[in-house]
Amino acid sequence: MTGNIVVRIKEVVSEGKGMTTLRFDLDRSARPGQFVMAWIPGVDEVPMSLSYVGKTKGITVRQIGEATKALSEVHVGDQIGVRGPYGRGFSRPNGRYLVVGGGTGIACVLPAVDMSMDRTVVDVALGARTADEVIFEERARRSSENVLVSTDDGSYGNKGTVVALVEEMLGKRSYSQVLACGPEKMLFHLMESCKRFGVESQMSLERFMKCGSGLCGSCVIDGRRVCADGPVFFGREIDEMVDFNRSKRDEAGRLIRL
Amino acid sequence: MVRSTPLRDDRTCADEMTSLKVSVAGIRMSNPTMLASGMMGETGGSLAMVAEHGAGAVVTKSIGSAPRDGYRNPTIYECDSYFVNAMGLPGPGIEEFGQEMREAIKGKAPVIGSVFASSPKEFADLATMMVEYGASGVELNLSCPHAKGYGMEMGIDPEMVSKIVKEVKDAVSVPVLSKLTPNTHRLVEVAKAVEAAGGDGLVAINTIKAMAISVEFRRPVLSNKYGGLSGPAVKPVGLRCVYDLYENVSIPIIGVGGVTDWRDALEYMMAGAVAVQVGSAIATRGLGVFEEIARGIETYLEETECHDVMDLVGVAHDR
Repeated sequence: MTGNIVVRIKEVVSEGKGMTTLRFDLDRSARPGQFVMAWIPGVDEVPMSLSYVGKTKGITVRQIGEATKALSEVHVGDQIGVRGPYGRGFSRPNGRYLVVGGGTGIACVLPAVDMSMDRTVVDVALGARTADEVIFEERARRSSENVLVSTDDGSYGNKGTVVALVEEMLGKRSYSQVLACGPEKMLFHLMESCKRFGVESQMSLERFMKCGSGLCGSCVIDGRRVCADGPVFFGREIDEMVDFNRSKRDEAGRLIRL
Repeated sequence: MVRSTPLRDDRTCADEMTSLKVSVAGIRMSNPTMLASGMMGETGGSLAMVAEHGAGAVVTKSIGSAPRDGYRNPTIYECDSYFVNAMGLPGPGIEEFGQEMREAIKGKAPVIGSVFASSPKEFADLATMMVEYGASGVELNLSCPHAKGYGMEMGIDPEMVSKIVKEVKDAVSVPVLSKLTPNTHRLVEVAKAVEAAGGDGLVAINTIKAMAISVEFRRPVLSNKYGGLSGPAVKPVGLRCVYDLYENVSIPIIGVGGVTDWRDALEYMMAGAVAVQVGSAIATRGLGVFEEIARGIETYLEETECHDVMDLVGVAHDR
């Protein structure tokens, strides 16, 4: 079941600077890393990663445009439209794995932390530009005994990029896989680190999306649909993508160099 | 009427192997499944990917003269047995599409360039470009139900359709297919106009003009309000159209509308289609749908001791 439905907002949580989580009941099974199309009537319909995948689902919005502004202003009791969940999510690796979230990407990977049944099996690296953009740290600690944080400006945790932090972690412990979501530039460097350490990865990618359900082809990267073949791809798949970290497509489907 | 057009080409009766090969107006395909226009046809990489998954031919997204962003979301409404969509003909425009075609024609299947325009001359110019890019055929979008000034607005007028087909035929030497709309009582008249103008084949049907309304929000869901209905719900309408067309014209027909599995494909072929296009089922079945349909037809042929899928085209008319 993925068709259009209207849900009522149960809870609104402010997560820090300009970021809001909306919780709603949606009795459809979802995997970590999957997304829904969220419709704000009269404004837009946009893809949103699920930050909670249980029966009471959640999306976490950073206010960046018209649609995310409208979603950020939603109150408890309001209704929004949703479709989904769509796409290929994260699959649970065998053995110890490392979950990496950068900026808003933290919201997308947290369910992949929660899916571990054992706090010793999953380690977490969270990165943000500054302290008040670090979200879900406490939640991550409930599911993992090893959570490290970095900020670009050093206002909290390690000073520097999350990739630098991950490099250190990869040097200290062995992981079967790295699961990640964040800006594409971050994922690109993370991919280089994973290759250097010989670790397989799963990364959630983002492209301009229209239908969300695998039909229109607006969101393709190297012929693969982010909405249906992804958004989570294996590192070995991403490694073959010519467009990764190089180009994306606009609303008209024109190729734009990054 | 008795159809006299030879639909088969280079195969001999001595061919004992089960054959899924079809020739559509001269476009040779390894099997009768095609990617319908509008799905995954905006980039060269995605077209090649669909060919890789077993489609006998692929049709590009309808391309116009200039870049278009299309409509704002929501552009699609999804239900169990249907979709309603109004994408708004987004696309990079014919000039930029050249680089996509360069990738697309490297794929395993013939590429048919779909074009939309607002005049016969513009159709001919776009078709010419598509052929320059290496298209094995062109498909004229005479049927999009929700783009102002394009598609169906021209495709319900037999005289206009005749002018368009003539002008495109004069401009290109590859097969010219006309995609028709079911949103008219003049379907057969339009089809006859295509045939009289020298059109090489028909594609039926495009989506049925439709709407979805949200009860909670008391408004149409799609930003364009109107959209086009596709998916399993439209199959009976598509079948009826193909059946009617087969009774009234002699040029090849390609069936499209709600084809999800091999049974659907064979229904269309028995109604008179020489091939089928698949669209919405990509969302519900994935890209494996082309291969699944082809294998299903092959099994059916073997079980019924029929060696050539072309022998099934139009058989429902004899009963």
